[in-house]
Amino acid sequence: MALLETKNLAISFGGLRAVDGFNIKIEQGQLYGLIGPNGAGKTTIFNLLTGVYKPSEGKIFLDGEDITGKKTIDINKAGVARTFQNIRLFKKLSVKDNVKVGLHNSYHYSTLCGIFRLPKYRKVEAEMNEKAMELLKVFDLDKDAETTAENLPYGKQRKLEIARALATNPKLLLLDEPAAGMNPNETMELMNTIRFVRDKFQMTILLIEHDMKLVSGICEELTVLNFGKVLAQGKTSDVLNDPEVIKAYLGE
Amino acid sequence: MDFLAYLINGLSLGSIYAIIALGYTMVYGIAKMLNFAHGDVIMVGGYVIFVAVSNMGLPPVLSVILAMVLCTILGITIEKIAYKPLRNAASSLAVLITAIGVSYFLQNAALLIFGSNPKTFTSVVSLQTIKLFDGRITISGETIVTIISCIIIMAGLILFINKTKAGQAMLAVSEDKGAAQLMGINVNATISLTFAIGSALAAIAGALLCSAYPQLTPYTGSMPGIKAFVAAVFGGIGSIPGAFIGGIILGIIEILSKAYISSKLSDAIVFAVLIIVLLVKPTGILGKKIQEKV
Amino acid sequence: MKKFNFSRATKDNLWTYGIVLIVSLITGFLLMTGNMSSLMKGLLVPICSYVILAVSLNLTVGILGELSLGHAGFMCVGAFTSAFFSKITQNIITVDALRFVIAIIIGAAFAGLMGILIGMPVLRLKGDYLAIVTLAFGEIIKNVINVLYIGIDSRGLHFSMKDTLSLGLEEDGEVIVKGAQGITGTPQDSNFFVGVILIFITLFIVLNLINSRDGRAIMAIRDNLIAAESVGINITKYKLMAFSISAALAGAAGVLYAHNLNSLMATPKNFGYNMSIMILVYVVLGGIGNIKGSVIAAVLLTILPEMLRGMNNYRMLIYAIVLIVIMLFNWSPKCLEWRDIFMEKYIRPRFNKRVSKEVE
Repeated sequence: MALLETKNLAISFGGLRAVDGFNIKIEQGQLYGLIGPNGAGKTTIFNLLTGVYKPSEGKIFLDGEDITGKKTIDINKAGVARTFQNIRLFKKLSVKDNVKVGLHNSYHYSTLCGIFRLPKYRKVEAEMNEKAMELLKVFDLDKDAETTAENLPYGKQRKLEIARALATNPKLLLLDEPAAGMNPNETMELMNTIRFVRDKFQMTILLIEHDMKLVSGICEELTVLNFGKVLAQGKTSDVLNDPEVIKAYLGE
Repeated sequence: MDFLAYLINGLSLGSIYAIIALGYTMVYGIAKMLNFAHGDVIMVGGYVIFVAVSNMGLPPVLSVILAMVLCTILGITIEKIAYKPLRNAASSLAVLITAIGVSYFLQNAALLIFGSNPKTFTSVVSLQTIKLFDGRITISGETIVTIISCIIIMAGLILFINKTKAGQAMLAVSEDKGAAQLMGINVNATISLTFAIGSALAAIAGALLCSAYPQLTPYTGSMPGIKAFVAAVFGGIGSIPGAFIGGIILGIIEILSKAYISSKLSDAIVFAVLIIVLLVKPTGILGKKIQEKV
Repeated sequence: MKKFNFSRATKDNLWTYGIVLIVSLITGFLLMTGNMSSLMKGLLVPICSYVILAVSLNLTVGILGELSLGHAGFMCVGAFTSAFFSKITQNIITVDALRFVIAIIIGAAFAGLMGILIGMPVLRLKGDYLAIVTLAFGEIIKNVINVLYIGIDSRGLHFSMKDTLSLGLEEDGEVIVKGAQGITGTPQDSNFFVGVILIFITLFIVLNLINSRDGRAIMAIRDNLIAAESVGINITKYKLMAFSISAALAGAAGVLYAHNLNSLMATPKNFGYNMSIMILVYVVLGGIGNIKGSVIAAVLLTILPEMLRGMNNYRMLIYAIVLIVIMLFNWSPKCLEWRDIFMEKYIRPRFNKRVSKEVE
């Protein structure tokens, strides 16, 4: 059984078919790329997968469970976490607190317990801190733990978003242009981090990216989207050599 | 027959709200701020006319024009001194609080100059009262002038915005300040113009309001200002026809609930209707739906 | 000596408690030794209420990030429900302290309940729309209380929205709430000491909430709603939580306020939108999201007009000008730039020189 499977996913915005007949199958532990020209509908697919938009047609299955039409927070609880193309951090919170918000549903104590600082509060907070620092270390952010998120440099902000998404303990991680705005060195480093995350957490990752070096470097399979429709799908090397794909990217 | 009379009264009060709401909505559309001092500009307009008519003996029409000129200058000055420096402030609350400060300032300046005792305002309208249905319905001159002025203003504004270059510039600035600037539109001048028009309308509203309810105090503009703001939100803030419709509906609801339900609860009813409308249509009757892009 | 290693947040909180403690002690000392004008004495309890109101409104405006212009409405609910309770139990519960504690709980509970009732439908509105709807609710609460008549007799409670006569009371009956005249003869249980304790409780609740799991969720919603949703934060639940706690605390402030007055009326001045706006001014001047700032701003801005009393009619004018100038000084991007340059040029070099001298 595939970890993520969509069947004929489609959505229209006032007559415009932004995504049409989208089928994808991602196996557990795969690193999968979603590419395509600007406006092809890649982010729209992320928004469908995470419940920001409700599909007009089609079904989404996560690990065999039908998650079509569920609310964003329930889809996150079911095991889908994401990052955003335009970074969306909790910018006035510290780096550590950003991750701790991600841990929100994995650690519990009541509101009153928090206000009265009962022993459970101290115990659970300590556990959360430990877990958060562990995650930050993966992304080399542990030294910035107390920094306010908005004061981080751009590259680190992107990494923090991934750390926060991972904190929700997902089965599937969606990365929306993780390398956007990074220089070649940072991109190389990011590629290693993404691979590391996959190996360490046995994570399944679907990513949108324009940087072909990153895509061909780490993705095992690709889907190419053009005008909301799947143009090509398969092994990375096969897809990138497909004449249709080259035409869509470079024009005729 | 009573109902018809109430309806006409409501239409008249609604017209005043609509004129004030037009100023509110234009300023909101372009500066994206709640100009809490707008209601107090109405009060200033009222006092100017009061002084011009009672102390200087000017004819009513000239007094109203004088009030419009002075309120326009006042509006532009307020914008330049108090609002413009905060246009790019980190929080939109900053300019809201400053507007509250300006409102306090105008009220207390008026309190110092004119005292807290209400001044009896002489109506600027000299039109005869009309009697219909053998005198069973009387329509005062003020009512007629108010309704007609409101329609003229509304039509004039729509023409101005759609047919003139300055009006189009206003639309552009309200859509996207940055883009408008890049297209060569003088954003500062356009915002000033908006405040000028809004304040001139407030002066007219002041004249009509005080003619209909001839008690003038430093707080005269405050409640009508809030109600007109409610009207603007009700109709969909930023929309000119919305402000007009919102004002009229609000005036009618207020007068009818005063007449048939309870005069003490009429404000509560007006506000309750606003809440219901916003819960059904979160951006007002004619408001645009805004969706954040993810 | 054992060295304490406090986090930044804890240090800041200790400062906040410390400032309140020191100021209260000084005030208490002045009060005991009789070195305080009767005018200031009369202001003490209202100042305590304003501090609680400002801190609680900051929970909505600064921590949750939603603009509310109806805070006085919740204060009004707390004031009237508790005053009503105290009045009818005056002869039943004779221990003043006990009755007042119950009154505070009742006032806070009703205001909090009102917060939930209002918050549920309206919190999905955004920005200025939410602001105007909260303003509307505040006005409705004030308006309804102004036409409300409640009486009590041997048969129980009687309600009316018209007048005292239509309550239809028996001979032994008593009218408790008299429409626009409100409630008279509430036991005067409030004093400065109780006010300070209530401030501490408010600070304790708000500061600890902010630094907890729930507080982080609330601030996450403020900073980025869409991202908060994407990591599984229940938006409605936490918005409602912040809003209703804020309302309940405002209710407690209302209890304090009401039990300081002989006759409690819902006038536009004390429970109308003007009051809500005044509290908002404290919050913004003290710093949005800055709890310590709210406390300081509420105290200073209440005392300021009183200090200017000598200037009579000019005082509110000066107050308005000060307000505008402070806003420009603190928020205008240009002004902030100048301030930075000024600091770099004149203040910092001198300061550094002094420090280096001390080191030598």
